[in-house]
Amino acid sequence: MPAAISTEGLVKTFGRTRALDGLDLTVRTGEVHGFLGPNGAGKTTTIRILLGMTRASSGTARLLDSDPWSDATDLHKRLAYVPGDVTLWPNLSGGEAIDLLGRMRGGLDKKRKADLLERFDLDPRKKARTYSKGNRQKVALVAALASDVELLLLDEPTSGLDPLMEEVFREVVQEVTDRDGRTVLLSSHILSEVEALCDRVTIIRAGRAVESGTLSELRHLTRTSIRAELAGAMNGLAQLDGIHDLRVEDGLVRFDVDTDEINPVLRRLTEIGVRSLVSQPPSLEELFLRLYEPEAAK
Amino acid sequence: MKTLAGTGGLIRLILRRDRIILPIWIVVLCAIPMSYVKQYGDLFPTAQSRLDYANNAGFITLYGELSGTSLGEFVTWRLGFVPVMVGLISLLTVIRHTRVEEETGRSELLGSSVVGRHAGLAAALLSTFGANLVLAVLLALGMHSQDLPWSGSVAIGAEFATTGWFFAAVGAVAAQLSANAGTSRGIAISVLGAAYVLRAVGDTSAHTDGPLACLSWLSPIAWAQRIHPYGENRWWLAVVMLAATAVLVAVAINLAVRRDVGAGLLPARLGPAEGSLGSPLGLAWRLHRGLLAAWTVGFALLGLLFGGVAEGVGDILRDEPKAKEMFERLGGSAGLIDSFFAGVMTILGLIASAYAVQATLRLRAEETSGRAEPVLATATGRVRWAGSHLLFGVLGPALALFASGLTAGLAYGLAVDDVGKQIPRLIGASLGQLPAVWLLAAIALAIFGLFPRISPAAWAGPGICILIGFTNAGVQLADWTNDISPFTHLPRLPGGSLSATPLIVLLAITVVVGCIGLAGWRRRDVPIG
Repeated sequence: MPAAISTEGLVKTFGRTRALDGLDLTVRTGEVHGFLGPNGAGKTTTIRILLGMTRASSGTARLLDSDPWSDATDLHKRLAYVPGDVTLWPNLSGGEAIDLLGRMRGGLDKKRKADLLERFDLDPRKKARTYSKGNRQKVALVAALASDVELLLLDEPTSGLDPLMEEVFREVVQEVTDRDGRTVLLSSHILSEVEALCDRVTIIRAGRAVESGTLSELRHLTRTSIRAELAGAMNGLAQLDGIHDLRVEDGLVRFDVDTDEINPVLRRLTEIGVRSLVSQPPSLEELFLRLYEPEAAK
Repeated sequence: MKTLAGTGGLIRLILRRDRIILPIWIVVLCAIPMSYVKQYGDLFPTAQSRLDYANNAGFITLYGELSGTSLGEFVTWRLGFVPVMVGLISLLTVIRHTRVEEETGRSELLGSSVVGRHAGLAAALLSTFGANLVLAVLLALGMHSQDLPWSGSVAIGAEFATTGWFFAAVGAVAAQLSANAGTSRGIAISVLGAAYVLRAVGDTSAHTDGPLACLSWLSPIAWAQRIHPYGENRWWLAVVMLAATAVLVAVAINLAVRRDVGAGLLPARLGPAEGSLGSPLGLAWRLHRGLLAAWTVGFALLGLLFGGVAEGVGDILRDEPKAKEMFERLGGSAGLIDSFFAGVMTILGLIASAYAVQATLRLRAEETSGRAEPVLATATGRVRWAGSHLLFGVLGPALALFASGLTAGLAYGLAVDDVGKQIPRLIGASLGQLPAVWLLAAIALAIFGLFPRISPAAWAGPGICILIGFTNAGVQLADWTNDISPFTHLPRLPGGSLSATPLIVLLAITVVVGCIGLAGWRRRDVPIG
């Protein structure tokens, strides 16, 4: 089965700025793919190219085995899109906007819409001008999730939603992927959301993919923190590969170790003799902070 | 006065934000009256010519009864519509700085700093009052500089300023009523419209000794008008206007205390839970229908008005060679009435081109607001989406012009007892403006498609054409200047000879320019901020 989305060497320049600088992205059919990166990294530009709104300066992009620019209209029948900042027509009610977007895409599942409206706790009779940011976001989510489509492009879809509604969003996305086998590209900053939903993630920085893989694969990229009380002198410890920030405080040795290098380090510690040892696995936050930092691209 | 804390700072903010628009409207509303003095003094030098000009039902409905034949009174009468404009601008300014600020949430941001509960309302009112005061002073100085007496010049300043103050206060009350700025504007403009209609009906009735003459006294517009600058200078009516303003301000403050920030006194209405809209065209209809109705009604009224005054104008043109010359330059010289109508149709065409550009630029508004993106992400192609809006840019002005031709033909036809012939003639003449109107819409589309960032430049089209049209009516311009405007190349209808070539050429240019615009739109990135 071909990938739902694949881009190779995608470049997009706006005047002198290079928004995308050779982006490779592959989203397999049926997976939820997390799309992460700091603000301005090029996530929205990528999604706009995939939607055929923006034309790539060079490189190739394939979406559901078609060209996103020249086959835009036909492709749009098979996908639904939720922008991160939804603006609606102030004098239309939420229900009208949902039905309008749904019909223009090729039809809505009425039962599903009613169910989503209830779960997202959205009053469709209110005029869009009276909606808060979160409620406008819900309008776009209901319109997209109630559509019978193969692919969902979600660009920070939960911005402005409260934690309860984020939970509902997670449930619904799990349903549409598990039950209906839909493919989802999810751009997000909320790490718990990414951890709960995504099969694989791609992290982009300055218009380029810096890492791609499953979350457990990515965890190998980061360091484990070790705190140990040793029986002897810490001879030779500093010379081992993969050790960082080695320091001694109150008789305790503290350091970080690259997860790939953990075995030789542990062997050396037991040779010296360990009285006590605390090891902390890398948190997702630390992983992303490290990957988001400018040096990570080098 | 803790509730007014921070008013000074808010006034500075308003003046900073309005630093361009405020001086513009003050200067324009000052310059128009001043330019009328010389122009109308030359066109109508004698008391009899002024009486003849003013004494017809159309003008009485439009401007009211002429109070006296001195130049000052004549010009003030002819300026009858300018105070309405002052009132309109004033109420819009107040609503823009009160309800719009609340609706967008900006006032909440300010309200959390050291700003009193009434400071926002007070700042909006005081700024608008101040602007009207500046207008009054400049107007008094300006009119006096045109050799008109001091007392009357101050009185016309008072007429304008008190009208502005009164409707600023109306705007302040309306801003409290609804949580939605659009509804607030609608309420305030309806009050202004009602005041104008009461005066129009009352004055028309008085002219024919009808029973409804007393209606005028219900209209604040009539109160201000009946100060009669340069005539009786009834200062007490200015005091009445001030008292009425004070009452309305008190009402607005009282209403403001009774509501929460962001809320209105009228409940927000709910819409349908299920929509019937399902196509780009349906959406465009929903977005354009209000504008379409307003322009069509406005054009129908203009047609009625011009049709109504046509017969009387014919008499004046016979006696006033300068006025006749003016209309001939605007609309051709095929008989007096026909040249008047041809001039009127040019004016209507110029106004309709503003509507055409406005409707076309809706595309850009949808793009920059981010509302185009979700629609284009559905199975709606770009050309189909643009076409749904363009339909209103093309057919909207056509409908508006048709309405004006219909009502003009009806009004004039009734006056000369020839309805059957006048209606088709004048509808034809009004629709004859369309090729030039459409060309300006096509230029707007081309700018949107190729250079979206400078889309507002599309307004230069109608702007330049209006400037050329009106300047040429006053003083004959060089041919090359005139030729820039597509309206110059239209046949002079009614009455002129109809030749197809210029129409076909204009339509062909329109199609080419429009297609270039669509091609640009198809190829470019969306959205371009």
